[in-house]
Amino acid sequence: MKLDGLFKKSKNELENGGRTKKVLVETSSEIKRTCPRCELESPVSDLWENLNVCTCGYHFRMNARQRIDFIADTGSFSELYGELSSTDILEFPGYDKKLKNAKLACRENEAVICGSAKIGGQPCYIFIMEPYFMMGSMGTVVGEKITRTFELATEKSMPVVGYTVSGGARMQEGILSLMQMAKVSGAVKRHSEAGNFYLTILTDPTTGGVTASFAMQGDVIMAEPGATVGFAGARVIEQTIRKKLPTGFQRAEFLMEHGFVDLISPRAEQKQTISELLSIHEGGSCL
Amino acid sequence: MSRAYEKVQAARARGRTTGQKYIREIFTDFIELHGDRRFADDPAVLAGIARLRGVPVTVIALEKGVDTKEKVRRNFGAPNPEGYRKALRLMKQAEKFKRPIVCFVDTAGAFCGIGAEERGQGQAIAENIGEMMSLKVPVISIVIGEGGSGGALALAVANQVWMLENSIYSVISPEGCASILWSDAKRVKEAADCLKLTAVDMEALGVVERVFPEKRSSEEVFQMIEDALYTTITELSEKTSEQLTNERYDRFRKFGAI
Repeated sequence: MKLDGLFKKSKNELENGGRTKKVLVETSSEIKRTCPRCELESPVSDLWENLNVCTCGYHFRMNARQRIDFIADTGSFSELYGELSSTDILEFPGYDKKLKNAKLACRENEAVICGSAKIGGQPCYIFIMEPYFMMGSMGTVVGEKITRTFELATEKSMPVVGYTVSGGARMQEGILSLMQMAKVSGAVKRHSEAGNFYLTILTDPTTGGVTASFAMQGDVIMAEPGATVGFAGARVIEQTIRKKLPTGFQRAEFLMEHGFVDLISPRAEQKQTISELLSIHEGGSCL
Repeated sequence: MSRAYEKVQAARARGRTTGQKYIREIFTDFIELHGDRRFADDPAVLAGIARLRGVPVTVIALEKGVDTKEKVRRNFGAPNPEGYRKALRLMKQAEKFKRPIVCFVDTAGAFCGIGAEERGQGQAIAENIGEMMSLKVPVISIVIGEGGSGGALALAVANQVWMLENSIYSVISPEGCASILWSDAKRVKEAADCLKLTAVDMEALGVVERVFPEKRSSEEVFQMIEDALYTTITELSEKTSEQLTNERYDRFRKFGAI
């Protein structure tokens, strides 16, 4: 079975705006995925045509390149800081190997992709976190790339659109990972104080140090249906309070009910919504 | 025996001095202020206004409590969102009245519970971190026991961060790290070593500016901190608000800069 190109599209094709649907259909026609919600088996190619959303509305995870491909206008994405790659700064046992495996598994250098793009004609800077790179965990390089993106956007007076997916701070980089929460937040704050728009889209799962920093600092916070979003992991909470958690706990809908999310947007509508939000934030009429 | 784990145990030791004692010994005229004006008063955060050698300051401590009854009342120093929001309210108040801010950090972490999530634990911490970055007054944070992850950082986005010799500062507890990485909570000592969480590590990584030795009597430790606070606050108070916020930004910007 050929697995090449199943979950990944080549960077070059993406940056040229080329689509590889034909190839995808050919290589993936035999493979099916089962929806954990409705148990329907769908061929991967069908799912992909539907942006990795099951007919029942369940949103499967999506890698960062796929997201860029459906969010950014064709040919508009230009990657920044893609060469930055983590090193084992604290000599943490096993980290080097984990990094190597992560790079091989998703062919990315790090757990976030940054760059400039147009979304529905609206220019902006974007950062898209990568769930298949160590569960989107935030180490120094993730922090550095997002910080630089905000600094550049501030310099150019441009909005930032960020897709979050993360298990939290990357413990293999110890306290320096924790410091990234403050570092990125500082850059977000400066961007905000200069009057620029920041939109976050929370996807499954967004937890820990990412929730407790830039994921929650957007002017507008969107979420994908059913996404798990929280500070503490569900298992940790269950162990702490020794109780079963209620159904729907820490889902996007739960967060909206409690006032922490502005809107829930299915994948198929996201591009349109983002573009409208960017457009309306181009400038108010008051002095 | 792992040296790092010895520090973990020392930082958590029963009878270790907590924030309220520092406030009593270092400051005068402390008046506790309560509540976040939104939901509740969180006893895990002990905060108010006081004087440092006559200079008005705002003091905020993450407080674990001393005896069992108090520990339970204070939720063992694990704040809920309203605790962070109370802290932020008082920090903004300090900014309005141009008072320097001193924070004492001692928590295993922000509380993990249903209510905490319902009321936006992540959002509360995120807001504190963002807002502290732009406070126009000097901020000094001192880790006096446990500096547990985001729950500690929410009071430690400061112009200077100091630590006591036997305190720790970490992205995750050694127990959590061992159980996630090796599915074996017993390897906690190994995890403590790997995480580089001691005061010596923090100084080497540039995460803290100063470490106070604890070998002497507690009176001497209080005196050292009082002297250091007074000197540093006097120096920082001569800076413009722009200098203070820029220096704070740069302080954190350098971590992992490539």
